[in-house]
Amino acid sequence: MYTPEMLKSIKKVEATRASRIGVEPRRMTADEKETLLAEFHPDHIESQFTTLTIGPNKGEKVPLELAEMLQANSRIKASDVDLSKIDYDVDVLVIGGGGAGSAAAIMANEQGANVMIVTKLRHGDANTMMAEGGIQAADKPNDSPAHHYIDAMGGGHFKNIPELLERLVTLGPDAVKWLNDLGVLFDKDEDGTMVTTHGGGTSRKRMHAAKDYTGAEIMRVLRDEVINRNIPVVDFTSAIELILDEKGRAAGAVLMNMETRELLVARAKTVIIATGGAGRMHYQGFPTSNHYGATADGLVLGYRVGAPLVYAYTLQYHPTGVAFPEQIFGALVTEKVRSIGAMLVNAEGEAFMHPLETRDVSAASIIRECKARKKGVEVPGGGYGIWLDTPMIEMLHGEGTIEKRIPGMLRMYLKYNIDMRKQPILIYPTLHYQNGGIKISADGMSGVENLYVAGEAVGGIHGENRLMGNSLLDIIVFGRIAGTSAAQKAKTVENGTLTLDHIERFAKEMQDAGIVTDKVSPKLLPVYTHGSGKEKPAF
Amino acid sequence: MEKTVNVYLMGKKYEVPSNLTVMGAMEYSGYQIVRGCGCRCGFCGACAVIYRIKGDNELKTCLACQTQVLDNMYIATLPFFPLEKKPYEIANVKPTEQIMMQLYPEIYACIGCNACTKSCTQGLNVMQYIAYAQRGEYEKCAEESFDCVMCGVCSSRCPAGISHPQVGLLARRLTGKYISPESQHLIERVAAIEQGDFKAIIEELMQKPIEELKELYNTRVIEK
Repeated sequence: MYTPEMLKSIKKVEATRASRIGVEPRRMTADEKETLLAEFHPDHIESQFTTLTIGPNKGEKVPLELAEMLQANSRIKASDVDLSKIDYDVDVLVIGGGGAGSAAAIMANEQGANVMIVTKLRHGDANTMMAEGGIQAADKPNDSPAHHYIDAMGGGHFKNIPELLERLVTLGPDAVKWLNDLGVLFDKDEDGTMVTTHGGGTSRKRMHAAKDYTGAEIMRVLRDEVINRNIPVVDFTSAIELILDEKGRAAGAVLMNMETRELLVARAKTVIIATGGAGRMHYQGFPTSNHYGATADGLVLGYRVGAPLVYAYTLQYHPTGVAFPEQIFGALVTEKVRSIGAMLVNAEGEAFMHPLETRDVSAASIIRECKARKKGVEVPGGGYGIWLDTPMIEMLHGEGTIEKRIPGMLRMYLKYNIDMRKQPILIYPTLHYQNGGIKISADGMSGVENLYVAGEAVGGIHGENRLMGNSLLDIIVFGRIAGTSAAQKAKTVENGTLTLDHIERFAKEMQDAGIVTDKVSPKLLPVYTHGSGKEKPAF
Repeated sequence: MEKTVNVYLMGKKYEVPSNLTVMGAMEYSGYQIVRGCGCRCGFCGACAVIYRIKGDNELKTCLACQTQVLDNMYIATLPFFPLEKKPYEIANVKPTEQIMMQLYPEIYACIGCNACTKSCTQGLNVMQYIAYAQRGEYEKCAEESFDCVMCGVCSSRCPAGISHPQVGLLARRLTGKYISPESQHLIERVAAIEQGDFKAIIEELMQKPIEELKELYNTRVIEK
């Protein structure tokens, strides 16, 4: 499968392999990291950002592609919808059927609320499903929530919102126990001790896993539990506008059937946005590890009704996306591959960095190695890759380790005749995670009353850079918080008069700011043509 | 000119670059996919496909996002398959043979044709994990079925009407909750947190100026 040039480079990797076993490369100093990020991390390329001119975050910079969606036209006019004809009437409306939405729905149901999930694709089509590596929780004797707090704070450049981070680390062990009690099959030793490893930037081994299907395993169980509890799930239906009441509180959403385009009205006492991330916005032209529907919908819905965002300028580029073969370009190679011993090695066979620096530092370091130092491996069609020296794993931990610990990765590459047990694999950073998002308080509520947010749509928990394993944790911790809070709040809410007046208000704001655009948002789905040259309209 | 192949999407012929996946070929041909596309990474099972190479009598299956197109490939997508999922209360079931008999009795009607295994898009030994489920060996069933993406192709080929992915999922949940050993350290830590053991130290951290936090972070000891 590899090209002759790649095979030549592999020889160099093999030549240094034995000498690299057991030798831990030096970690970068704080100053070295700062310089590296400023020069090579995509978040620092000024030309790729613009300043918002309307809305609650007016004057703040965001990626060009996000600004285009935040400051775009609604898909509807208020007159397109008859708000007196209510199709779904519930206590709690959960928008998004991933891990956060499902956890929220289960907790709302637990509280006795009448809760419904609406989701754009299938229930479980979400980044949760693709989170391979693991979930952090400080549950080992040598660890504590305080260690976890410091690790996440440092990884996030000390920008994490303390009240949110406190919830994340304190409720971490309980989140893992909750999943375990629902039947999630974690990797354990014979005596029940959780098998835990390091992730980039952790000071303790607190990464719990279910092989390299951790997110998929969690999602399968949560989805099963939602069905067991008879919680209604309206699939292939997106929320395209929130509905407010006369007091400006969230009170439902306008839904659109993705296949028939029929518009429907959902009324709710409280609403939870759990719409996930934004990889399919392809910021700066990067490929993405995200699922098909990751188009920042929740940020758009929230922004239009006045919910402030926080840190919307910062994205996470996962250091190890697939660089080759092209059929799976941009797909995720889980950080767990490095957790269990594979090193990052350049075309000359040199281990140029510690394999477990934080993700932003690792990604920037790989970009520097290719772009500035010219020590990447060229891939057909342009671009570069760096070797992830997977055969090291079995030299360190014995034959069979790869099949046992990272079977998903092994299978993905074997389909293209690459056996990662014998040959290293080529990687390059891929757009992976939306660090920023809607600002919430510790009970999950956004700046708009009765509008809650959970999961990747939230900003601030992880500061400017999330650590591996903290997003699976965050969707469970904040999914449960949002579900519980929204259900309790719903008990105190009387349905008001539904309105879509904010659409007109927002359009006026755009007009006053001189924004003229033919774009509509939320984006809902990306459009791909793979170079066919055929024009396709936006979804 | 890049190499092209002919594919037949739902029977209709399109000429596409040979390096594309089946999903890429659909998009190249002009489809805007709504159903039948999820993670695009081989983990979610949204994009099952049944195909036949013209002139070959063997029916094959794959995930559209994980499979490169072949010349003369006749492609039928299977974006949904009606699996039978039985509700149960996880807190009130026991990991005994009875539960499988009660919820999924059709597994005992397996005729051993092995069509499920032959059709699995993940290359799993599906019939074997059903056999484990029949015998109440849930731990083995869980291990054998672990990589299932629930695409439903196995069930579409089953003459006994078994919903294999649901059987595997039940076995995994039973194993995770009841059969796997308890994690004592986890139980103890949750109890300690509930007692407020770490409250003071975290509150102290929350109040610390960034310079002090930086110092703590940059001098922390990293477990080997």
